[in-house]
Amino acid sequence: MKGWQQFWRQLSLFGLLALALTGCGKDELSTLKPSGPVAAMQFDLMKLSSAIMIGVFIVVMLIFTYVLIRYRKRPGQQGIPKQVEGNHALEILWTVIPFLLLIVMAVPTVTTGFELHKEYPKEEALQVNVTAHQFWWEFDYPDLGVATSQDLVLPVGKKVQFTVTSADVMHAFWIPALGGKIDTNPGQENKIWLQADKTGIFYGKCAELCGASHALMDFKVEVMDQAAFDKWSNGMKGIQSAEPATATSASAAQGQEIFNKSCLGCHAVAGKGGKMGPNLTNFADRERVAGILAHTPENVAEWLKDPQKVKPGNNMPNLNLDDAQTKALVDYLDTLSVK
Amino acid sequence: MSAHASHAPNRSGLWDWLTTVDHKKIAILYLIAGGIFFLAGGFEALLIRLQLMYPESSMVGAKTFNELITMHGTTMIFLAAMPIIFALMNAVVPLQIGARDVAFPFVNSLGFWLFFFGGVLLNTSWFLGGAPDAGWTSYTTLALNQFSGHGVDFYVLGLQIAGIGTLIGGINFLVTIINMRAPGMTFMRMPMFTWSAFVTSGLILFAFPAITVGLVLLMFDRLFGGNFFNPDAGGNVVIWEHLFWIFGHPEVYILILPAFGVISEVVSTFARKRLFGYSSMVFATALIGFLGFMVWAHHMFTTGLGAIANTLFGLATMLIAVPTGIKIFNWLLTMWGGQIRFTTANLWAVGFIPTFTIGGMTGVMLAIPPADYQYHDSYFVVAHFHYVIVGGLVFGLFSGLYYWWPKMFGKMLNETLGKWNFWTFFIGFHLTFFPQHFLGLMGMPRRVFTYLKDQNLDMGNMISTIGAFGMTIGTILFVVNVFVAASSSKRAPADPWDGRTLEWSIPSPPPEYNFAQTPLVRGLDAFWIEKVAGNKGMTPAEPLGDIHMPSPSFLPFLMSLGLFIAGYGFMYHNYVVVVIGMLVTFACMFTRSVKDDPGYHIHEDEIEDKGVKA
Ligand code: HEM
Ligand SMILES: [Cu+2]
Repeated sequence: MKGWQQFWRQLSLFGLLALALTGCGKDELSTLKPSGPVAAMQFDLMKLSSAIMIGVFIVVMLIFTYVLIRYRKRPGQQGIPKQVEGNHALEILWTVIPFLLLIVMAVPTVTTGFELHKEYPKEEALQVNVTAHQFWWEFDYPDLGVATSQDLVLPVGKKVQFTVTSADVMHAFWIPALGGKIDTNPGQENKIWLQADKTGIFYGKCAELCGASHALMDFKVEVMDQAAFDKWSNGMKGIQSAEPATATSASAAQGQEIFNKSCLGCHAVAGKGGKMGPNLTNFADRERVAGILAHTPENVAEWLKDPQKVKPGNNMPNLNLDDAQTKALVDYLDTLSVK
Repeated sequence: MSAHASHAPNRSGLWDWLTTVDHKKIAILYLIAGGIFFLAGGFEALLIRLQLMYPESSMVGAKTFNELITMHGTTMIFLAAMPIIFALMNAVVPLQIGARDVAFPFVNSLGFWLFFFGGVLLNTSWFLGGAPDAGWTSYTTLALNQFSGHGVDFYVLGLQIAGIGTLIGGINFLVTIINMRAPGMTFMRMPMFTWSAFVTSGLILFAFPAITVGLVLLMFDRLFGGNFFNPDAGGNVVIWEHLFWIFGHPEVYILILPAFGVISEVVSTFARKRLFGYSSMVFATALIGFLGFMVWAHHMFTTGLGAIANTLFGLATMLIAVPTGIKIFNWLLTMWGGQIRFTTANLWAVGFIPTFTIGGMTGVMLAIPPADYQYHDSYFVVAHFHYVIVGGLVFGLFSGLYYWWPKMFGKMLNETLGKWNFWTFFIGFHLTFFPQHFLGLMGMPRRVFTYLKDQNLDMGNMISTIGAFGMTIGTILFVVNVFVAASSSKRAPADPWDGRTLEWSIPSPPPEYNFAQTPLVRGLDAFWIEKVAGNKGMTPAEPLGDIHMPSPSFLPFLMSLGLFIAGYGFMYHNYVVVVIGMLVTFACMFTRSVKDDPGYHIHEDEIEDKGVKA
């Protein structure tokens, strides 16, 4: 069976090529580029188990190829092959060897499993409460008195203890480069700890089908050094305990007026407003608009004009804004910064 | 014998098919219906892949995409894979154990029609305001009224109706295999396919009640305002997951075990060797079935069950690799020292081995909970379960179809077309699903209708979609092959492959009574034993005599139709329709209970194949 061998050779070559070309995915996203201890432990388990499994596969393929070539029926072959009943020694062999291989995998499975399920109190880890909504993320820092949404801000090199839940349907909280996911179940709380060992932006995802825009329920993780983080959290705290400042430019002031009338019912800014939609206190500092679009005035305008077009099925109504109102709102939103 | 009609009721054409209780015809019904649903599910898959061919594409909308994945998954599992398995089991199991039919022919027909009407009900959702869109797993609260459309009602009712059909089908096979084996056919002489049908039916018996309970609760939540799964009113969302997976995990073994059975038959026939390690194969099959029930929570590692539960379920899952490994090596050793013929049936079986091995390997990787936190609900899982269900089950089904087609239809499938069918599908399959392992590891969640441009996910998705075309071509070639075979006038011989088991000892297709005289079984591979001993056919275990046959009946069709009608009544809260539908069903049940129907006899002199003196 030439076709077979060739096929496998091509397939593995192709696979390797694809891997090399994409470099195992994007640093900010891939589980294959761990940027923290949790992802690293998980990556070690992935490497160990795939190495063992590939070893098994090679053995199977060697026997397989040999058998197919050696024992295919040749023209003119006479007689009936010997009808072998079985072979106890062999059968015991391929019962025992897999057992041993499983034990090799079982040991780190147990130890890592318990390691990842540790819960860290506030003396040892930054506490963050995560609430998932269709289709956005809310992050609360109870000990800092700070709340944000869509962009999760973390200090580098520090354990973070997350407590996650959902306000509506099941979602799953996943930052592939930092570590595995946990479901956010409505009516329940789940715990997970993560740590980022590099500063920069990481991509977060919702991993559980949660409705029309499940695919677009992305968020960003901004990891900064401790000093920057303290500055950020102090800035947030300062604003959140105060009244919203009055916007400076005329357009922005007009925007603020519209905002106070049409938006505060759902969105909080500084210490005021509702929790139906994302908290917009630090909106201007966000990496993305709605978690997915590049942060440009055009995209902010696009969102405001027709939120359903950007994220089908989301819970923000169309406010039927005209161009001037949209422009004013964009200008106002642009002033919402703590940096 | 006065009460017995002495002639076969004369029925033909459509009427014959609507009323038949003959297991061979029911097999064909299952095959046709399952085949059509398979094409529908495949079409849905193709649309899914086309949408994902490019990043940020907008070929189908977000909502439609969710409907497509939900219907694709649901259709493939419940309406394509299961029925085609039932088709093979119906066609083959009674023949392999030397029986004249299944134990309850009427129930067999009822099972088919329930499945059929349940499937039709589910698919009418496309035309009645939208298909279910909460995924084939229908996790709550997404699947509750507040968050999803009317489509989920179709899911809830369609699957309940179809599920009853599957459950009674499974029970029927259990009774058949326990009670109707020919003299001499001990359990440890049963062909491997029959063994797998037996274990699968056992799993159905225990697994389907769990989903039925889940569906009933969900129905109460959705249709009557119950609050089992509504956390705002004290309900619990994780309960649904448990109920679903207590069914759902055994379900994948319900699917894969019959494929194992097929592979065992095909590999040994085309290597001309008896199965290596028969008793360990039987043991492994039973053990896989048993362990299959113990590991449902491995679908729920990220649900938050905690370290202890996750670890235990993870280790239990890994254990399944041991009996599965036994099977792989036994198949390899069956071929060792044989004379392997690469017919199309055997190509599928041989192609199954490495493909399924990969699926099993990723299965072990998934069983490691801490690593699964990264794999879960990502494309890695999509790749894994397609390696198992397509690379395992669908390959096995194709193998079985090429193998038993002559027995079922009396016509041979074309080998050249068959080989093209195999290679296009096989290559297309690996192209589609192999890159998905990497897509998952690179951070692509599953069930996403699109992915953004700047995430390095473009190439893998492109390759994957190209592969889907390969599978499409392969599937079309199979359909072509079916029509070519149907229109050819050449009749298949009784024993085209030099077979080893009882079904090959009777004509193709078999007469309605299967065996003119019940055969006497003298060992494993009963027909092979006789052939080696130089005998022309099986030694009969009974003298030639009149054969008692069950009457055809239209009641199963009507009974299922009643539930189908009642289903719409429930969904649209129209209780008049509910009552009408239920009345139809109950009237049929009543008729069946009180009407004395003794069946009929085929007389000794009407039996074509005159048989041998016992
Ligand atoms: C024609 C070949 C097939 C292709 C191209 C294909 C492709 C896909 C794709 C792209 C998904 C969606 C993954 C996601 O976004 O989550 C999917 C889901 C699924 N497929 Fe297939 N598939 C094929 C055949 C099958 C078969 C034969 C079966 C079973 C017998 C099957 C069972 C499933 C299941 C259960 C799901 C999950 C649906 C859900 O997430 O609700 N597929 N398939
Ligand atoms: Cu979500």
